Amino acid sequence: MSHGLWIIITGSLVAASCGFVGCFLILRRMAMLGDAISHAVLPGIVIAFFLSNSTDNVFMLMGATVIGVLTAFFIQTLHTAGVQEDAAIGVVFTSLFAIGVVLVSLFASDIHLDVQHVLYGEIAYVPWDMATLAGVEMPRAVWMISGVFALSLLIVGLFYKELKLVSFDAQMAAAAGIPVVFIHYLLMALVSMNTVAAFESVGAILVVAMLVVPGAAAYLLTDRLGAMLGLSIVFGIVSACAGYIIAVYFDVSISGAMTTSAGLLFMLCFLFSPRYGVVSRVLEQRRLKKAT
Amino acid sequence: MTTAITVKDVTIAYRKKPVVQEVSFTVPEGKLVGIMGPNGAGKSTLIKGILGLLPLVSGEVSIYGKPYKSQRKLIGYVPQRESVDWDFPTNALDVVLMGRYGHAGMFRRLRAYDKEFAYACLEKVGMADYAKRQISQLSGGQQQRVFLARALAQDAHVYFMDEPFTGVDAATEKAIVLLLEELKSQGKTVLVVHHDLQTVNEYFDWLLLMNIRKVAFGPTSEVFVPDNLQEAYGGKLLFQKSAAYNAQ
Repeated sequence: MSHGLWIIITGSLVAASCGFVGCFLILRRMAMLGDAISHAVLPGIVIAFFLSNSTDNVFMLMGATVIGVLTAFFIQTLHTAGVQEDAAIGVVFTSLFAIGVVLVSLFASDIHLDVQHVLYGEIAYVPWDMATLAGVEMPRAVWMISGVFALSLLIVGLFYKELKLVSFDAQMAAAAGIPVVFIHYLLMALVSMNTVAAFESVGAILVVAMLVVPGAAAYLLTDRLGAMLGLSIVFGIVSACAGYIIAVYFDVSISGAMTTSAGLLFMLCFLFSPRYGVVSRVLEQRRLKKAT
Repeated sequence: MTTAITVKDVTIAYRKKPVVQEVSFTVPEGKLVGIMGPNGAGKSTLIKGILGLLPLVSGEVSIYGKPYKSQRKLIGYVPQRESVDWDFPTNALDVVLMGRYGHAGMFRRLRAYDKEFAYACLEKVGMADYAKRQISQLSGGQQQRVFLARALAQDAHVYFMDEPFTGVDAATEKAIVLLLEELKSQGKTVLVVHHDLQTVNEYFDWLLLMNIRKVAFGPTSEVFVPDNLQEAYGGKLLFQKSAAYNAQ
């Protein structure tokens, strides 16, 4: 298969999976927690690299997931102890990310990881790193992100009711006996895993866009949670494909172009969404004015 | 008579400052109980403490003689309307269906029966025509009725309602009163955080007057007397009363 196609597939999977899970972050007004986790997982990745002395993805995934859930836990703990929530997020994720940066530079000679790569990722290298499993040869990144995407779909499917109720009304959920804390950390674990899986391809900064933008765009188009989840996947795939075409045409950063297209897609929804778009609202107001 | 709710020496604190202190009372089954007191009296906090949403510093709560945790399916809860985001992508029927989640249990899908039941609950609060309406497009009163329908869908024995009458239109107020009457006639027990002094006698059989500590608890005719009100509201009552008269 051509390199271009693998890049598109990787980008689509990353954007679809992150966008899907990110919907719940948006609905719970926790988009910035996603930002925090995406940065904070770095030391987890480096430590896993170092301990396993390999680029074994499973170790990386586990290490980062543990740190991601810890991040959410630290933030919650500081917040409960009286630190403002945004301040708690700011303190925890920058500290953890900084530890990661220190670790990267400390072990720089042992591991193939540099700060540049960590921040921006390099999706163009994805097709060079193939792995064979059960006789199928695919890029390592594709194996990983498809595994994480499948797991995300499975877990959201299993806990759909609970995730929905906790997102809408956590107090009532707790009163009805739904394990709110467990659901919260389950979501945080999913976000962490998606972050790690996306990390190699798009880097720690752009992964935030993948978590937030497709869901935010979908939110503008629908009044149903199921449709919002579905649309966020579609938007993720569309922005990955469009981004690749733009990147090839203008010879620019692929992950940058993918994220830019996601942003453009959001702008289109923001302006032209039939119900919540700026344009339709202005038209509606004019119509009402004329009617009176 | 069966005892529905026992609250014993409950103290709840927010950053070491007690907001509910040593409150005890026992509610017999089938009573409509109003919880009243000035702002900051700890009314909502008390409900959240009873429901296990806030930790108790001390004290005990039991529902039909057992701790709250083992009795969750007997309980319906109507939080304050402002406590949720009404822009959430969902419709009225879907919100009511959430009342069935606790009964369905984890990993289980809702059955057709749950949907019929939820729809019947919407009907009871006069909102059946709005079942498919996006919740952000409902008026405040309609949203409150959807919340009540969700509590009905919990098919509970004991209901806790946090300020259901606040900021609703006359039609909704009437619908809520009828609903309370119906719940009572079915032998359900209802605790309602309430603000309006004018309607207390009319709406509630029993009353809990509190201001961090319990001031009085019992049948409304015995509790709702000037001395108790003076103790609960202090000087604030004079102002509230005159404001109410001016409004009339």
